[in-house]
Amino acid sequence: MLRVISSRFRSKVVSVCTTLFGISVFVFVVLRVIPGDAITSSFGQDTSNLTPATIKALKSYYGIDKPLLLQYLNWLKGFVTGNLGFAFHTGTPVTTLTANSFPVTLELALFASIIGVTLGTLMGIYSATQPGGRRDFFGQIFGLFALAVPSFVLSTLIVAVSANKFHYFPNGYEYSKPWQNLSLNLQQMMYPSIVLGIAVAAPVMRTARSSFIETQEKDFVRTAIGKGVNERRVRFVHVLRNSMNPIVTMTGIQFGYLLGGAVIVEQIFSLPGMGRQILDGIMKREYATVQSSVMIVAISFVVINLVTDLIYRKIDPRIR
Amino acid sequence: MKIKRETKPWFYYYFKSLNGIIGIIILSLLSIGALVALFHATPYDPVAQDVAAILKPPSGHHIFGTDQFGRDIFSRVLDGVRRSLAVSILSVAIASIAGSLLGVAGGYFGTILDTIVTRMSDVFFAFPAILMALAIVSSLGHSWLDTAIAIGIVYTPIFVRVTRGPVLSLKETDYVKSGRVLGFSTPRILFKHLLPNVMPIVLVQIALSLSWAILTESGLSFLGLGTQAPDASLGLMVSEAQALAAFAWWTLAGPSLALIFAVVSLNLVGDGLRDSLDPTRRSI
Repeated sequence: MLRVISSRFRSKVVSVCTTLFGISVFVFVVLRVIPGDAITSSFGQDTSNLTPATIKALKSYYGIDKPLLLQYLNWLKGFVTGNLGFAFHTGTPVTTLTANSFPVTLELALFASIIGVTLGTLMGIYSATQPGGRRDFFGQIFGLFALAVPSFVLSTLIVAVSANKFHYFPNGYEYSKPWQNLSLNLQQMMYPSIVLGIAVAAPVMRTARSSFIETQEKDFVRTAIGKGVNERRVRFVHVLRNSMNPIVTMTGIQFGYLLGGAVIVEQIFSLPGMGRQILDGIMKREYATVQSSVMIVAISFVVINLVTDLIYRKIDPRIR
Repeated sequence: MKIKRETKPWFYYYFKSLNGIIGIIILSLLSIGALVALFHATPYDPVAQDVAAILKPPSGHHIFGTDQFGRDIFSRVLDGVRRSLAVSILSVAIASIAGSLLGVAGGYFGTILDTIVTRMSDVFFAFPAILMALAIVSSLGHSWLDTAIAIGIVYTPIFVRVTRGPVLSLKETDYVKSGRVLGFSTPRILFKHLLPNVMPIVLVQIALSLSWAILTESGLSFLGLGTQAPDASLGLMVSEAQALAAFAWWTLAGPSLALIFAVVSLNLVGDGLRDSLDPTRRSI
């Protein structure tokens, strides 16, 4: 038995490592295919005025004169040993950049997931109490619109109404870390968390709804109702606990996407998170920044998947 | 014994589902709008500026109002819908054809091909699609064709995943095995026996992917990485409306509603297709 588990674990580790390796190669290649490099992006139109000697010196300064394979291996060696490289333009180590931006993204993803899961699960329960009935109809409409209203439309609406009509827009101030000014930080997190929370709620609601409907028809639920257990208790204890697994999976997936995929919302609400760091990096051809940041997002993604697995085992003893 | 054959085509069942009917109606209206824009038959030129009609609210002349340059928002929305649909149709065509072929081949042949195909799709799944699309768009360029290719590449693994699984189980079925025993050529088994059986899943996925592609395309152009001004694109219009919406709500309403309706209709069509193509879910 032990051997079975360890071999499965080993194959999991191998597959995760190959995936991460694939991502690093892919990002490296895509970045090199993008026209322009660090020199053209910092000098712009003036690049053509540089003498060949200057360009050569700059290339060697930026480390982009070496063969591609060597550049890749250098970056990989640095990454594995904890040296994420430097941002060309500012000379800041990517480790420092990430130490600043990762917590922002994590906080946002956490708030958004809490809102999304609560809203989605409640709407799912609400819909599932009357499959095909009126409540289900309203629940489904909510789910459809939460899915269909793009986050940037909702954000734009909020910005327009809140900032321009009521002159309240905490995101207009410079970003404040939670330990600097907690109240301002929470206000700055509020709008983006609501926007992303609604986006997360849609798939969670759909998953929760079908999972509830399936569990409700099981024998143990009928038995519980037959025994005269309070209907609310059946719904929130018996049914909810037994339909948690798909909801946890969906939340894990959504949380993972929030870590890097919140680019647009981070941009609108000027939150200096991972998404924006990567977007800026792509625009400025900051090879090291983009490569390392994308790897960090991908690794967090993998870690979240593992955590989801662990939560499963906690919820459902049958999987242990 | 006489076996009763199923004679009704699948679209008979499609029109049994209310979702499907509503979806197809909205989608047809949007497509007509896109065709109108395609043949330059919009009421006004989408890029023509009119200084005399800046930021006019909706009226008989401009049913969706005008923007900060006096351009007719209705015409711009139609033109934007045309662009969005063109990008999403092309990108999903790329993704569905490449993805299903890879998925079917990977699932059927197994071995190294399968390993490569699944590993590649794992790579794509391990980080957000929008980041991937961003990176690819910035390496290709900003034309609608580049955007379509980028989104197509990003969505290919989804089709690999939905086709590979069913093929893995289908290839062990008796009729495929007997086909092999009878000496049918591999292409014949692949295209005549396996592909038709995964088509329903692919069709549903196409409808859903079209809606995601519209969202991704408008997201990219919102960030300034898709269609460039002064051309009309729904994402770009929303982005321009950011500064205007407080006193000119119609600048935001037009493009947003078009986007929402497009996504809603495609999701409804997807639901309708799923119900009508899956015999176990048919309500007769």
